[in-house]
Amino acid sequence: MKRWLLLSTLLLSLSGVARAAIDTYQFANDQMRERFHQLTQQLRCPKCQNQDIADSNAPIASDLRREIHRLLTEGKDDGQIIEFMVDRYGEFVRYKPALTARTGLLWFGPAVLLVVGVGVIALTLRRRRRQPATSPRDLDPAERARLAALLAQKPLDEDRP
Amino acid sequence: MKRWLLAVPLGAFLVLAVLLYRGLYLDPAQLPSALIGKPFPEFSLPDTQGQRTLTRADLLGKPALVNVWGTWCVACRVEHPVLNTLAEQGVLIYGINYKDDNVAARRWLADYHNPYTLDINDKDGSLGLNLGVYGAPETFLIDARGVIRHKWVGVIDQTVWREQLAPLYQALLDEARP
Repeated sequence: MKRWLLLSTLLLSLSGVARAAIDTYQFANDQMRERFHQLTQQLRCPKCQNQDIADSNAPIASDLRREIHRLLTEGKDDGQIIEFMVDRYGEFVRYKPALTARTGLLWFGPAVLLVVGVGVIALTLRRRRRQPATSPRDLDPAERARLAALLAQKPLDEDRP
Repeated sequence: MKRWLLAVPLGAFLVLAVLLYRGLYLDPAQLPSALIGKPFPEFSLPDTQGQRTLTRADLLGKPALVNVWGTWCVACRVEHPVLNTLAEQGVLIYGINYKDDNVAARRWLADYHNPYTLDINDKDGSLGLNLGVYGAPETFLIDARGVIRHKWVGVIDQTVWREQLAPLYQALLDEARP
């Protein structure tokens, strides 16, 4: 019984959270509906900044959904629709920024960091391998004498009980 | 190990700290407009008084502020007296009554004074959409040829006007003068 409860809870948590503001739009076919869902999830709501426009209840998001529906019905392709939004609201509305000179760091920065990191590790390892565990240096006569003197000394705590 | 390598983590930390510190003072709600340097969009809409149809051509000839407002917008109420003052000082202000109830908008202008030389009734928000408006108040600064030169999101108060917008407006005026 307990196990079943646990299992069903787990399964419940796996099911995607239903997150979409409620609009009723008619689509010519399922493919168009699918594109509508994808587009509204790729575009960021300009007002409520950490939501996509599929998710947001802000009036502006609802306007943008209506606009995307209109553009889809007019037969615009996904690229044109995203361009339409970027022309008005700027690069900000894309959750996936376009690859340009300005966003190069964003796209390749992590990869570059990774390569640099791996490079540093590889270099360090190679250097260590080339000079294997350095043998202790021999003591010079003065050091030897000092060592002998130290060893000959009575330990400090010998007299204590 | 080379000595200078020890400074690398410190350097990286400093760069990151500067970036993050700067980030503290950036307002994420202030989006740069995608329309700076682009012509004001074409439109054909009635004015708020319902007397005539306005088009883009009506906004040309002089630099102006184009203020997006609505009676549903609380901050617009705060901004309104400032616009009135500016209009009295001779600043040319056009209004876009954005997604508003026309009756309420007319009453507002009658009650609180009308600073707008022309006021466009953008009932379904189509012009607002083409302008990339995502809230109100928003104010665009257009030059005499109808090119959008600057956008201010949020309330214009005396400080904002004096420190940010007035110099830009003055520059546009100077530019328009032959």
